[in-house]
Amino acid sequence: MTVTTDTVVATSSRRRRRPVSHMVPWLFISPWIIGFVAFTLGPMLFSLYMSFFDWPIVGERTFIGLDNYVTMTTLDPQFWESLWITVKFALLFVPLNIAVGFLLALLLNAGLKGTGVLRTLFYLPSVISGVALVTIFSWLYSYRFGVLNYLLGFVGIDGPNWLGDPSWALVAIVFASLWGVGSTMLILLAGLQAIPRELYEAARISGVPAWARTLYITLPMLGPMLLFSIITSIISAFQQLTLALLLTEGGPLGSTYFFAMYIYDNAFKYFDMGYAAAMSWIMFGIVLLLSLAVMKSSSAWVHYEGEVRGKKGDKS
Amino acid sequence: MDLMVRNLRKSFGAVEVLRDIDFHIHAGEFVCFLGPSGCGKSTLLRCIAGLEEIDDGEIRLGGREIDHLPSAKRDISMVFQSYALYPHMTVAKNMSFGLRLNGMPRDEVDRRIAHAAQVLQIEPLLGRKPKALSGGQRQRVAIGRAIVREPSLFLLDEPLSNLDAALRVTMRAELAALHARLGTTMVYVTHDQVEAMTLSSRVVVLDKGSVSQFGPPMELFHRPANLFVAGFIGTPQMNFLPARLLRAHQDRVEVEVEGAPGALSVPLAAPVRLAPGAPLTLGVRPDALTLGLEAGPQVAAKVTLVERLGTESHVLLARPDGTRLTAITDAPRLPGPGATVTAGFAPEAVHLFDETGRALPRCVSPEIAALLDSAPSTAAMAAEKVTEEV
Repeated sequence: MTVTTDTVVATSSRRRRRPVSHMVPWLFISPWIIGFVAFTLGPMLFSLYMSFFDWPIVGERTFIGLDNYVTMTTLDPQFWESLWITVKFALLFVPLNIAVGFLLALLLNAGLKGTGVLRTLFYLPSVISGVALVTIFSWLYSYRFGVLNYLLGFVGIDGPNWLGDPSWALVAIVFASLWGVGSTMLILLAGLQAIPRELYEAARISGVPAWARTLYITLPMLGPMLLFSIITSIISAFQQLTLALLLTEGGPLGSTYFFAMYIYDNAFKYFDMGYAAAMSWIMFGIVLLLSLAVMKSSSAWVHYEGEVRGKKGDKS
Repeated sequence: MDLMVRNLRKSFGAVEVLRDIDFHIHAGEFVCFLGPSGCGKSTLLRCIAGLEEIDDGEIRLGGREIDHLPSAKRDISMVFQSYALYPHMTVAKNMSFGLRLNGMPRDEVDRRIAHAAQVLQIEPLLGRKPKALSGGQRQRVAIGRAIVREPSLFLLDEPLSNLDAALRVTMRAELAALHARLGTTMVYVTHDQVEAMTLSSRVVVLDKGSVSQFGPPMELFHRPANLFVAGFIGTPQMNFLPARLLRAHQDRVEVEVEGAPGALSVPLAAPVRLAPGAPLTLGVRPDALTLGLEAGPQVAAKVTLVERLGTESHVLLARPDGTRLTAITDAPRLPGPGATVTAGFAPEAVHLFDETGRALPRCVSPEIAALLDSAPSTAAMAAEKVTEEV
C-alpha cells in the first residue's frame, strides 16, 4: 500500500516539478544562510585573511605572512601576560560557576516552598544587561561607600579595596561574573528533574546516605548537562570583556587585563586590525582545543542514557 | 517473617487514599495486592517500604514495629516497576552499591552477588550496563539487587508490567520458583488478576483505598465477598442481573429475576435475615450462563457479537433494558448476531448480593468446598516445602 502511494507521488511530482522548484527550499532557509554568511562566517574568514597582514585601520596594508603570530608569541610579553590572566580567571570562574549553579539547582530541586519565586530570582540577573551589571557592581565593590564593605564592617572585617587592589580585582570580577550563574543553574535544574525518582528511592531502601546519593547518582546522571555547562563556561570565561572593560579598565596595574581586552585595545585603540585578528584566531584555537579536550575526557565521566526511562504510567 | 498491618490510614492532602487497612501475612507467604488503577495498592506498598509516611495505624514485620523506621532499617527490599537500575553502573555495581556503602566487607558482597547471579542466571551480564540489557534481563538484575540484601520481606511493584506478554509468562513462572527457593515473604502489587491468581497464596483485593477481600485466589473466585470482587475477578466479567427476594428459608432463598418469570431457588450456606421483597443482585459467571436452557427462569436477550476463540466461544448479549451479558459456550452451532435467545442459569451456579453489595453466604459444590478448604496455591506449597527442608 505504502509502496503504491509513494510511486504515485513520485511520478506525479516528477511530472510536475520544474527546475525552478529546486530553489524553493533554499529560498526558505536563505534568511538564515545570508545572515550566517554575512555576519558570522564571512567576518571569521575575513579576520583570518586580515591576520596575515599589517592592517592599520587607515592607510596602507601590507602582507606579512605569519609575522603577527610570530611577533605575539616571541616578542610581546603583554600577549602572554593577558593570556595568563585569562587562564587564571577561567580556572577560578569555571569551577565556581558549575559548583554554584549545581548547588542552586539542588536547592531549587529540593521541593521547598517558594521554589518558583526563587527560580525566577536566581535567573533574573542573567538577563540584566552588562552595563547595568557594571553599575550595580561598582556600587557593591566601592572601597569606602560600597555595600559589600559596609556589610563586612558589621562582622568586624575591614574590606579590601576590591577594584583598586591588584590582588583582589580579579577575584572581584570572578564574583561579579557569577551573577550570570542562572543559566547554568537552569540547565542543571532541568537535568535534575529528569532523573527518575525511583533511583533515589531504590538507594534509600538500600540504605545509601544522602551525600552518597548526590555523589554517586545525581552527579553521574547530570553528566551531559555538566559537560555542556563546562564547555559554555570555558567559552564565556575566555570571552570575558565587559566587566573588565567597564569595571576596572584592565587595572589596577594590569591585574585584570584580559586577553579579550588586549584584542579590543589592539583593534580599536592601536588600530592594528591584523594583529587583533591574529590574536582572535589564537583565542579561537585555545578555546577549540580546550573544548575538544573536555569532550574527549567526557567519555570517561559522562554517561548517556540510551535506555527508555521508566514509564510514568497510571499507577495507584 | 510475618507482616502485620493494622488500621493503616494514609491521605494525600484532603484525599484519603487508604483507610482501615488491616491484614496479616504469614511468614513465607506470597501475597498480591490486586486492584484497578487508583485503588491505592502501590501507595500501600510504598507505605510498607517507608517511601510514604502513614497517617495512622501500625506496620509490624516479624513482630517489630517498623512504621516509624526509615526504609533502610526496615529489613525489606523493593523491586520497582521501572526497575530503577542505576544506568551508569554495571550490573555488578548496581547490586553491590548499597551493600558497599553500608560497609559490608568486600568478600561478603562478592559472595552475595555471585549467589544472586547464579540463582537468576545473569552471571554473563555482570560487567554490562543496563542499557545493554533486554527488558527481561533488566528485570532479573532488579530482582538480583533486591535479593543481595537478603531481606525479611520482598516488595514488588508491578515488576512484570513493562515486559511483553510472552516474557511475562516466563518471568511469572520464574518468580514463583524464586519464591519457592528463597522462602522469603513476598508482597506483590499487580493489576493483572492472572498474575495474582497464579502466583499468590492469598490476595488482598483493594477497592477505592480499602480492603475489599483478603483470601486465597479460589476463594475470591468461588466465594467473592461482594459485588466488587465478583466483578473484578474472572474474565470475562461476571454477569449481573437485578433480582428480588421472594422468600427466605433456613438453607435457601427463593428469588425472582427481573424479566425472567418464575422463582429460582438458590441454596445458601447459612441463613440470611432479609425481608421478602428485598432487592438483590444476581451474579452468574459467563460459563454458567446457558443459552437455550429448557427449565427454570430465563432472560431474553439479543445476540450482539459472537467471538469464536477455538476451544470456546464468547457470545455477547444485550437485554432490552440495555444490560449486557456474556455467555461462554463450547457449542459448535451458535446463533448469529441479531438473533434473540434465552439465557438461563443453574441455581447452584448463582451468586447473590444484597442491597449494599455484600454477598449472601454461597453454597458451593462439595468438590469446590474441598478445594477451598485445602487450597494454598502451588507457590505457597513449594515455599512450605523449602522451609521444611531448611
